[in-house]
Amino acid sequence: MDLAFKPVVLWTDILIFILVGLVSFFIYTLRRNPENRNRWREVFSTKLGMSTFVIIMTYVSVALLDSLHFRTELPAAEGQSSEQVYYNNKVNSVLDLMLGEMGERQERTYSSPFSLKSWNRENIKTETGDTVRDYPELTFGGQHLESPDDQAIDMVLQSFKGIFSGLILAGILIGIHWLLLKRSKSTQPALPWSSAWITFAVIMAVFGWLVTMGNLYHVLGTDQAGNDTLYESLKGIRTGVLIGTLATLITMPIAISLGIMAGYFRGWIDDIIQYIYTTLISIPGLLLIAASVLLFQVWINNNPSYFEVGLEKADAKFLALCFILGITSWTTLCRLLRAETLKISQLDYVQAAHAFGVSHLQIIWRHILPNLSHIILISFVLDFSGLVLAEAVLSYIGVGVDPAMASWGNMINLASTELSREPSIWWNLAGAFVLMFTLVLSVNLFSDLVNDAFDPKTKLEAA
Amino acid sequence: MSITEALRKTEARTVESKELALQVSHLNVVLRHQPDTRILKDVSFQLNKGEVFALVGESGSGKSMTSLSIMRLLPDALKITKGKIQQGDTNLFALTEQEMGTIRGKKIAMIFQDALTSLNPVQKVGDQIAETLKIHTQLAGDDIKKRAIQLFDEVGLPDPEKRVDWYPHQMSGGQQQRVMIAMALACEPDILLADEPTTALDVTIQKQILELVKKLTVSHKLAVLLITHDMGVVRETADRVGVMYKGEIIEEGSCDAFFENPQEEYSRRLINSLPDMDSYRPATDPAPLLKVDNLEVHFPVCKGLLQRVHDYTKAVNGISFSIAKGETLALVGESGCGKSTTGRAILNLEKATGGEIWYNNQKVNTFSRKEMLPLRKKIQVIFQSPYSSMNPRMTVGDIIEEGMISLKMGLSKAEREQRVESLLNRVQLEPEHRYRYPHEFSGGQRQRIAIARALAVEPDLIICDEPTSALDVSIRAEVMDLLLELQRELQVSYLFITHDLSIIPHLAHRVAVMQGGKIVEQGKTEDVLTNPQHDYTRNLLSAVPKVH
Amino acid sequence: MLVYILRRLFYALPILIGVNVLTFLLFFVVNTPEDMARAHLGDKYVTEDAIDNWIEEKGYDDPLFYNSESQGTGSFTETIFFNKSLKLFAFDFGRSDEGRDISSDISDRMGPSLALALPTFMIGVWVNICVALMVLMFRGSRLDRFAVAIFVTLMSISYLFYIIVGQYSIAKLSKLVPVSGFNEGIDAWRFLILPIIIGIIAGIGAGARWYRTLFIDVSGQDFSRTARAKGVSEAGVLFRHILPNAMLPILTGVVVVIPTLFMGSLVMESFFSIPGLGSYMLDAIRAQDFAIVRAMVFLGSVLYITGLIMTDISYTWADPRVRLN
Repeated sequence: MDLAFKPVVLWTDILIFILVGLVSFFIYTLRRNPENRNRWREVFSTKLGMSTFVIIMTYVSVALLDSLHFRTELPAAEGQSSEQVYYNNKVNSVLDLMLGEMGERQERTYSSPFSLKSWNRENIKTETGDTVRDYPELTFGGQHLESPDDQAIDMVLQSFKGIFSGLILAGILIGIHWLLLKRSKSTQPALPWSSAWITFAVIMAVFGWLVTMGNLYHVLGTDQAGNDTLYESLKGIRTGVLIGTLATLITMPIAISLGIMAGYFRGWIDDIIQYIYTTLISIPGLLLIAASVLLFQVWINNNPSYFEVGLEKADAKFLALCFILGITSWTTLCRLLRAETLKISQLDYVQAAHAFGVSHLQIIWRHILPNLSHIILISFVLDFSGLVLAEAVLSYIGVGVDPAMASWGNMINLASTELSREPSIWWNLAGAFVLMFTLVLSVNLFSDLVNDAFDPKTKLEAA
Repeated sequence: MSITEALRKTEARTVESKELALQVSHLNVVLRHQPDTRILKDVSFQLNKGEVFALVGESGSGKSMTSLSIMRLLPDALKITKGKIQQGDTNLFALTEQEMGTIRGKKIAMIFQDALTSLNPVQKVGDQIAETLKIHTQLAGDDIKKRAIQLFDEVGLPDPEKRVDWYPHQMSGGQQQRVMIAMALACEPDILLADEPTTALDVTIQKQILELVKKLTVSHKLAVLLITHDMGVVRETADRVGVMYKGEIIEEGSCDAFFENPQEEYSRRLINSLPDMDSYRPATDPAPLLKVDNLEVHFPVCKGLLQRVHDYTKAVNGISFSIAKGETLALVGESGCGKSTTGRAILNLEKATGGEIWYNNQKVNTFSRKEMLPLRKKIQVIFQSPYSSMNPRMTVGDIIEEGMISLKMGLSKAEREQRVESLLNRVQLEPEHRYRYPHEFSGGQRQRIAIARALAVEPDLIICDEPTSALDVSIRAEVMDLLLELQRELQVSYLFITHDLSIIPHLAHRVAVMQGGKIVEQGKTEDVLTNPQHDYTRNLLSAVPKVH
Repeated sequence: MLVYILRRLFYALPILIGVNVLTFLLFFVVNTPEDMARAHLGDKYVTEDAIDNWIEEKGYDDPLFYNSESQGTGSFTETIFFNKSLKLFAFDFGRSDEGRDISSDISDRMGPSLALALPTFMIGVWVNICVALMVLMFRGSRLDRFAVAIFVTLMSISYLFYIIVGQYSIAKLSKLVPVSGFNEGIDAWRFLILPIIIGIIAGIGAGARWYRTLFIDVSGQDFSRTARAKGVSEAGVLFRHILPNAMLPILTGVVVVIPTLFMGSLVMESFFSIPGLGSYMLDAIRAQDFAIVRAMVFLGSVLYITGLIMTDISYTWADPRVRLN
């Protein structure tokens, strides 16, 4: 049966694609200058740079795939006119398609990883009609098995199958890339592609394994509502990546324009801008964010009519959160840019531009902004990991991502009570932690390399 | 047998008679991560007691790395692969790091170019000397302070009792360098390594410091390694000379012999790069193009609770001069005398607080940004630093073209490109260079690009703010020759701002000497330089190191 | 000196006014008291009377800026702006939405907050500097690279994870210290020791890494080379030259934080049930008690500005180049 679908476009979806476009364009313009190209080359000429970049790209692709939303058409019910089409209220994404049925295999409550039975004892009616208190079997986890004794063998076989299919796919893609590389005759010394390939192969193998196993068992168990933890953690990727990037997207224009204005024009403009950011800095950050989020929540509750689907409301809240994070965190970058602009404005080439009667706007655009780009870039990468980590804390305080949205912060928050249960439920924490840690660590390592390559101070030290 | 060989023989004899202090033999240094890049190649020389050995060469030739190798203080990125440094009976490379600590500061001491950054800013200068004494001598308590005061007295610091409790930033550049020297002499070392000790100083101070070094060399029987790029300094201070070029010592000999009869082509170029002080450009007297009348530039100093303007720093305090078409006026003075501020005020980059600037009978100092635009074509500028005067993120073509676009020269794209090409040709660069970025060029080449940029808008007057002082000596002459040639060809006027009196005769028709925001003397170059009226001019002139 | 401090205080005033106006706009103009009442009483099935009652009870029924019904100065004092915003300048925080006196709450809760935050911060800075100095001794070696890798790993772990795992493994599994709670007096250490240790460990990654970069920056400057050329040992260079010169940036980071330590740590206090200002704020946020949030925002800004002034003053003894002028 061929079902139609209706795309759902959320605000955050649009923004993330705009952002990806902007970042690509930014990197493209950076590449034009040979000096910058050499610096990028320096970043990617290390094995670490290659592998972390592949990991970050994986996360970004998952987030992008998870940002293509649609609603499927419901099969026409009996007695319903065939013209009338109803769409499912559940919004799916391309990522959901790729993960198979992982998201739809809902149990009743907790179950541990690879378990065939529930974590809770329940009253079960046996065939003879007695009521026994025992662990009920799961509806989906391991249902393909003929008998529970086969589990060990089945897991080994399926693991092989999953890893193997992942590796084959990886092998094909790497092969294509290798051929392309061989074709292009570059005089530059070779980049350490092999480490990128190895990382990619490992990621693909893990994915193959997770998708295969995730459709048969609950690889990371289930949470209180019976949702598959692995699925939830994977859905958390989009939230994490988006919060890290969208907030900076809002930060950047404010910080850049105000920072440059303050540093370039000085005088009363500088005084006003300095006043604004000192005032903002002096307010405790968490409180300001919390207060703003709460106020926005009050507004949403009083105006429920704006949002059609539950996800749209969650999305609006999420967007507001990014916006608030952006509004409250531009000050650091603004200060940095102001100081640097002050320095650059005194340099001879800006003075020369003045002597040529170049207009203020042109001076800023051609002489100042390009020479600030490395600071902007470094702070973009550095802020990213900070924001991902901040999301968890905000969710704990109760001003984070809407509970309806999958997020690592929400998962970690539940964990503190879950751990103290008997036996303790650790898989929620583990799932969220591993994915979050991998992302933040890769970004931190990558930003270190970018910093080393672009920061003039480290250059001097090496010379 | 030639005369030079004979000279060498006599020289060898004199060397033998001197007492050897340090022997450097076959020193090789490479980049740690690129062992093929050799920074020093088989460098060998010796230092004798009571003698100044000057190591000359241009930036990047490896002079500083030689002295740091002796101290075993090379940056981490460099590595010594071969060689031996013998101080008395000890091979310095065979010592442990701890043993080396007893040599540094005690047997071999070192002074650096920039005294302010080389002194610890948060420690009193007396304590910094005391630290050396505590490490290497038995002195304690009051004796240390006494010794510090004695040392300060010896290097000619006034009020030594008070000075020991000062911080480096409270002293002038010359005094800071004296502190460095006192610190180096504290433990009566045998060897003093002086790495460009006067480069950052004004000429008058330079003279004093060099005289001090010379005096101490004799009185303390010091063996001095003087690293410098300034042939004048070498001529006046050194007993023997070594010329360093691309990591090698290409020529070595006694100072007199070297200047009389240099062996290598490169050495000759170094010596000849010093302009002749005896030929002067004749002054002409046509109508003035630019007239500066009683110009004042004052900066407010704010103080008190409400930051009210309390006082003014009088950077430029009532100066007058004029420049005619096709004429060069040199504005000479030491750092901080207000000469650069004058240049900026003429360009209207700094607001004049008093006085008038007339250009072609237009009063320009009150012009707004917009009114100034047509004049920007007429008055252009070349800056000192070839590194910061060009946007590193623009191509050379864009840099040269920028003025033509912003000043609306009314040229089409093709015309502009053609003009960029011809300008690059004119300053002896290749037209293809317009696609490259500034960092791909050497200092001298960049200064040529800066000249091309200024010429692009066909100015009548170019303000040259120390355009040659950041360049190596051999390149200086080339850039100056280019400027002269352009003047003859295009009849452009120069306001040449400089601290270097030695280049003026060659370059300027007239000269104005500036001190403390005022012009103390001005007139035809020949008159001022041969018959100075003002004490300050006389001081400046006598401080210039001479080769001939 | 006195003139300087006076001037700084004088400059601080517009900033505090700015904070005040900003909070006023956020809490009374962007969201009206009526919205707040609705949020508090539950948005559905609420009668107008109940809302009016709530507003009147909390004193939000006055006009915003100008009260035309009052006489004389009353037309300015009997307004929300005067009562709820301007009074903050006199540290008159008023009552919380639940009717408790905020000022006395704050003074009760400052002690426990400080007891937790001050040792965490002070020992934390000390540990970070020590670790960074130790790593610096082995600069360029394999150990150095290894340490940096550890720092980056440590700073990539969520703060919450440190707390959850620390609390679980040390308090719950090994039962070395109580899981949470607080006691007055000297006995408090049993409750404080675990959060302090967790706080320090959680901060090592970012902290030590920052100090290491700072020290490397300073050690690359000319005067360090001069010191080595004088024959000063590596340890001597480190302690007599690098450390004193690194004091300035260290002070910038440290002194400004000290006053804000009074505010406590939101997350840590709530996890370990310590009755400080952090958990006070968290409870207020969760209960949407805007009166408390407003008071704490103002208090936080005052403390931060105090920190700024203290930083400037501390410069004068750390760096002879900075003489107050």
